[in-house]
Amino acid sequence: MIPPSFQYHAPGSVDDAVALLSQYGDEAKLLAGGHSLLPMMKLRFAEPEHLVDINNIESLKGIREENGEIVIGAMTTESALISSALLQEKCPLLPEAAGLIGDPQVRNRGTIGGDIAHGDPANDHPALMMALDAIFTLVGPNGSRQVAANDFYLGTFYTALEADEILTEIRFSPQSPNTGASYHKLKRKTGDFATAAAAAVIEMSGDTCQRARITLTNLGPTALRVKDAEAVLVGQVITDDLIDQAAQKAMDICDPVQDLRGDVEYKTHMAGEMTRRAIKTAIERAKG
Amino acid sequence: MAATAESLERKEKLQGIGCSRKRKEDPRFIQGKGIYVDDVKLPGMVYGALVRSPHAHARIKSINKEKALALPGVITVLTADDLKPLNLHWMPTLGSDVQAVLADEKVGFQLQEVAMVIAEERYIAADGVDLVEVEYEELPAITDPHKSMDPDAPIIREDLVGKDEVGHGKRLHDNHIFTWEAGDKDSTDAVFDKAEVTIKEEILNPRVHPCPIETCGCVASFDKINGHLTVHMTTQNSHLVRTVLAMLSGIPESKIRVITNDIGGGFGNKVPIYPGYVVAIVASIVLGRPVKWIESRIENLSTTGFARDYHGTAELAADKEGHIQALRFNVLADHGAFNAHVSATKWPAGLFSICTGSYDIPTAYVKVDAVFTNKAPGGVAYRCSLRVTEAVYLIERMIDILAQKLNIDKAEIRRRNFIQADQFPYNTSLGWTLDSGNYGPALDKVLKAVDYEGLRKEQAEKRAKGELMGIGISTFTEIVGAGPTKACDILGIGLFDSCEIRVNPTGSAIARMGTQSQGQGHETTYAQIIATELGIPSDEIQVEEGDTDKAPYGAGTWGSRTTPVGAAAVTKAARKIRDKARKIAAHLLEVSEDDLEWDVDQFRVKGVPDQVKTMKEIAMAAYSNVPEGMENGLEAVDYYDPPNFTFPFGAYVCVIDIDPQTGEIKVRRFYALDDCGTRINDMIIEGQIHGGLTEAFAVSMGQLIDFDEEGNLLGNSLMDYFVPTAVETPHWETDYTVTPSPHHPLGAKGVAESPHVGGIPCFSNAVIDALSHLGVTHVDMPHTAARIWKKLHELGVAK
Amino acid sequence: MSKTQVNFILNGQPVEVLVEPRELLIHVLREQLLQTGSHIGCETSHCGACTVDFNGESVKSCTLFAVQAQDAKVITVEGLVSNGELHPLQQAFMDEHGLQCGYCTPGMLMRSYRLLQENPDPTEAEIRQGISGNLCRCTGYQNIIKSIQKAAAVINESGHDEAKSA
Repeated sequence: MIPPSFQYHAPGSVDDAVALLSQYGDEAKLLAGGHSLLPMMKLRFAEPEHLVDINNIESLKGIREENGEIVIGAMTTESALISSALLQEKCPLLPEAAGLIGDPQVRNRGTIGGDIAHGDPANDHPALMMALDAIFTLVGPNGSRQVAANDFYLGTFYTALEADEILTEIRFSPQSPNTGASYHKLKRKTGDFATAAAAAVIEMSGDTCQRARITLTNLGPTALRVKDAEAVLVGQVITDDLIDQAAQKAMDICDPVQDLRGDVEYKTHMAGEMTRRAIKTAIERAKG
Repeated sequence: MAATAESLERKEKLQGIGCSRKRKEDPRFIQGKGIYVDDVKLPGMVYGALVRSPHAHARIKSINKEKALALPGVITVLTADDLKPLNLHWMPTLGSDVQAVLADEKVGFQLQEVAMVIAEERYIAADGVDLVEVEYEELPAITDPHKSMDPDAPIIREDLVGKDEVGHGKRLHDNHIFTWEAGDKDSTDAVFDKAEVTIKEEILNPRVHPCPIETCGCVASFDKINGHLTVHMTTQNSHLVRTVLAMLSGIPESKIRVITNDIGGGFGNKVPIYPGYVVAIVASIVLGRPVKWIESRIENLSTTGFARDYHGTAELAADKEGHIQALRFNVLADHGAFNAHVSATKWPAGLFSICTGSYDIPTAYVKVDAVFTNKAPGGVAYRCSLRVTEAVYLIERMIDILAQKLNIDKAEIRRRNFIQADQFPYNTSLGWTLDSGNYGPALDKVLKAVDYEGLRKEQAEKRAKGELMGIGISTFTEIVGAGPTKACDILGIGLFDSCEIRVNPTGSAIARMGTQSQGQGHETTYAQIIATELGIPSDEIQVEEGDTDKAPYGAGTWGSRTTPVGAAAVTKAARKIRDKARKIAAHLLEVSEDDLEWDVDQFRVKGVPDQVKTMKEIAMAAYSNVPEGMENGLEAVDYYDPPNFTFPFGAYVCVIDIDPQTGEIKVRRFYALDDCGTRINDMIIEGQIHGGLTEAFAVSMGQLIDFDEEGNLLGNSLMDYFVPTAVETPHWETDYTVTPSPHHPLGAKGVAESPHVGGIPCFSNAVIDALSHLGVTHVDMPHTAARIWKKLHELGVAK
Repeated sequence: MSKTQVNFILNGQPVEVLVEPRELLIHVLREQLLQTGSHIGCETSHCGACTVDFNGESVKSCTLFAVQAQDAKVITVEGLVSNGELHPLQQAFMDEHGLQCGYCTPGMLMRSYRLLQENPDPTEAEIRQGISGNLCRCTGYQNIIKSIQKAAAVINESGHDEAKSA
C-alpha cells in the first residue's frame, strides 16, 4: 500500500496549474482532497508521473453570493459546505448532503470539485449538482467555458472536462421560495458510498407541484436525472399515488451494477424508495 | 475474626480483587508511547514485502526476479526455491497439516504468498513487488465446500495425494481433511425416529475475519555471530511460537527470543504462525540483518486468520411440550487450502461439542467433516474458544426454531430445558462436565429488566400494523480456559499456564506470566490478584508478559484462558509465597504457624492483635532472617494445569426494528447479563463486554469474507468489510450474577468471549423473531439490509 | 527519485525533513520524526488510527503526502501533554476506561481533541458522529463516549485550553 513515485507540483494559480496540465498531458493528475486518488495510487491502480496539487490555489476556495447566484470554489471542502451559513440559508440541500459523505476527517480534505470532476457515479455531488441545475466553470489553456451539470457527465469516470482543464467554480441559483430540497442516501455504514440515493428539489404552489428536479446517485454509469419522474409531478396536485409513479420512473431508468452493497434488484427498488422519500421530504419542506 | 474498619482501610489501599482499579497500561497508550511491532526499529533493519498470487488456484510456471533485483535498494528476492535448501519452504500448521511458506509450484488461494522482496526501505520493497514477474497457469478453483468432494473436483492439495490422513483420521477424498464425531449416533438416531417433534435447519456461520486495528507483523533479527534469533512479533502466544520456530529452524530454543510488547488487538487473528513471519526470519538468517514485515490491511483480511465458514445442518428431537430429547448436528467445515485451523491436537473441530448449550439434552450426536477449498487457510477462534461460537449459534438458533414450531414462548422453552442449579456439576451427553451454573434466575432477571411481557405486547400491536419488531433471546453457556493437559495440547505441549512471582526485600514484587495481553489489561488485573493474595499494594507489583527470555512458559492468551488458567497460576504462585511468608512470620514472632492468621497484608498471632508481621517486614526478613534450614528469598513459580474448563454463561435480550422498505435493522435495546464467576475488576469486565457485543453486532449484521466462483476475494478492505463505527454501534446495557467456578482457585471463569459468543445468536434471534410471524424460521448471517430486504421482498412485505 | 525539503511545525516545534514526494505524512511522522503514537490501521482512510490535527482540522495522515505539510501546523498525540500535565481528554480516557489495546487511542484522542474545539458541549449523538471516522475494535465506543463527555465537562469547568502545540 505504497504509492508509486511521481513528480510533485504545487502551483499557486489556476493558470500555472493549467500550464502544468498542458505540459504533461495524460501523465499528470490533479490532486484535490486525495481521498479517491491516494488509495488508487497505493493500490497502484493509478500511477501518474506528475501530480499537480491544487490545494495551494486560494482562489479555488470559498463560498460566496454573486449577482444573485451562489458561487462555490472547486477546492471548497465538504466541511466548509456543512458549516457555511450562506448555504444553510440559501441552499440547505448541500450542507445536509455533504454531512452524509465520508466521515469528519474525510470531509475536512474532500472537496466539492474533486467529487464532481472525478466522474465516479458513486459520488454524491454529481446528482446534487444536477438537481440544482448547477453550472461548472472549466478553465483550460484557451480560457474558460461553462458547462451545465446536466451536460457534464458522459460516462463512468468520463466527463466533459478535458485533460488540460480544471473545474474552478460551481454556480447555481439560491433555493427559490416555496421550494424544498432533500437528499436521501441509503448506505451500509458511515463513510460508505450510497447503495442508492436520490435528490429532489421541488417547488410547490399550495398542493400543486410547480417545478421538480429528481436525480439519482450510484444507480447507473453516471448520476441520473429522472425527467420522467419530474414530468409525473409537475403541474399536478401531489398524491401518494403520484409519488409512487415518480418512484417507478426512477426505477425504470436506473441501471445499477451489482456489488457488495446489493444486487440489481435491490438497488433498483432502493432507487424507488429513496426517490419516494426524497420527494416526500422535499414537499414537506417546500410547504414549510 | 471480623474485619475491623482499620483492616478494611488497609484492604482498600491494596486495590485488590473486586475493585475497579484504573489501568496501569493506559499512561503509555494515551501518550502515544505504546510499543507495537511497527514501532520497533533496529539498526540496519531492512523491509520485506510479499509478492502474492492474483489467482486462487494456479500452477506457477516461472518466477523472474531479475527486474526486481535490478531496482536500486532491493537486496534480495526469496522464493520457495530459496527456502528449500533450508527445508523451510513448508511449515507445520496448528491443524496437524503443513502449509507452504512460499508457494511451492502451485498456489491454492488468492493472494497466497509467492515471494518476498527484501529492500533497504519500505517503499522500495513495495516497488520491487511490482517488478517480480510470475507466470501462472490457472486451474479451476473450488470455493463452495459442498463441491469439494465431488468426484470430478480438482485436487487442491497435490502434495497430499496418496495420504490417507492429515493428522485426524481417515480421509474420504483428496479434498477431504477429516471426519470428527462425538456422542452416540445410534441412540440419537433412535430417539429421532420415535420423537413427537423433530426440526431441521441449514445454518451457516459464514467466513469472517477478526480484523484487529493493528495488522500482523514482525521484526526478525538473527545475530550471525552468536547464533541468536530475536523476533519481535504480534503473537498472542510467544512461547508456543518460539517452540515452533526451534522445531522449524533447528536453532536451539534457548537461542530464540520472541518478544511481544504491545499488541493492537488480537481476537484470535494473532494466534497462528503466518508465512510472512517465517520468510522474514529466513531472510534475517540469510542476510544477518533485522528484517521487518508488516501486513497491509488487505493482506490481513485476505490471508491471515479467517474464522468460521461452518456449514451446519442442525436437528432437534423433542416432545410436544418442547422438552428436547436429542440433538443431531452435522457440519461441513471449509478450512481453505491448508488445514491451519487452530485446534488442540485431539480436537480437530475444537470444542464444538459444547453445542448442547445450557440445556439438559439427554442424547446427542455431532459430526464435523472438514474439506479443502481454494480459500485462505486459518480457522482461528474469533473472540471465542475454538469453534464455540459456531456451536452456541446452532443451539441458540435451534431452540428458537423449536419454540416457533411448537408455538411456545422463546423464554419459556428455555426454562423448560435449562439444566437446573442442583444438577451441577453436570455431565453433558457429549462428554463435558459443566462446573457451575444458575440459568433460570439469570434469565428471569433480564426479562424483568427489559419488561419482556411488555415487549411482546408491543410486538403484537406492531405486527397488527404491519411493522416489524423482533425480540431476541440468548441463554448461552460457553466453554473457556483450555485446558486440562490430559485433554488438550498443541504440538504435544500441554495447555497449562504459568506465573513466576518475586517479592523484593523492600516488599514490592515483580510477576511474569506465560499469557499475553492484547488490550485486556493484564498488568492491572494480575496485580490485583497478587495484591489480595499477598497484601502488597497493586501499584507496587510489576507485571510482565511477552518476552520468552523472561517469562515462564505458557500457552498464551486466547480462548478466554487468561483468567481460568493464567490467573489460577498467579493465585497459586502467590499462595506458595504466602505459605513461605507464614513460616517466616512464625519464626519472627516465635510462635507456631498454626497460631497465625492472615489479615489483609499481615500475619498476626491469633487473639493477640498487636503481635503482627506485615508482608513488608516479612519480605525483608526473607532476605535477612529466615528460619534455620530455609532458603533465602521470597519467590515462587506455578505451572497451573486446570482440572477442567470453566463454563461462563449469560442471558441476553435484544430488541430490534426493521425498516420494511429498505431492510435496514435498528437495534433499539441490548441487555446483557453475564455470569463469569468471581469478578476481579468490574470496570475491565464491562469494557470487555462492550467490545465483545460490538464484535458480535459486526459479525451478525455485516461481516463476510466473500468470494466469487473463481476464488476472487470480494470486499477485502475496510471499504467493504464491516467494522462498525460509533454511529452504527448500539448502546449496551450490562448486568451480572455471580456463580463461582468450584474448581478455580478464585472461582473466576473468564468473560471476554461471552459477549461475542452469546451476542451473535441473540442478534440473529431478534432478526428472525421479527419475521417469525411470516413463517420465517431462519435467515443466514450477515443480516445486511440487502439480504433482509430480499427476504421481505420474497414474503411480499417490501414493495 | 529526488527528495524535497519540507518544513512544518510539529507539536509546537519547527521541523525540517527531506522526503520523496510520494512519502505519506504518517510514514514521515513515524519513521523520520519518530513520533510513533499515530498508527496505521487500514491505509484506505477508513480506520482513523493515523488521525492528526493539521492546520486546525482533523485529518487522516495516511491520505496526505508529507510534501503537502509545507508550512503546516501539525499536532500528534505526543503534543497533547502541556507543561507536563495530561490533557483532560487523556485523563478522562484513563478514568473512564476509554481504551483497551491502545492502538486506535492516539487517533481517537486527536479527533476528540478537535471535536471538543468545534463543539465544546456535544451530545452523545454528536460525539458518535464526531468520532465516526475512527474505528475501535475493543471498546464498543461506549466508554470512549463517556470519556469525551467527561473531558468536555472538565474543560468547560476549568477553562482548560488547547494542547501546548496548538
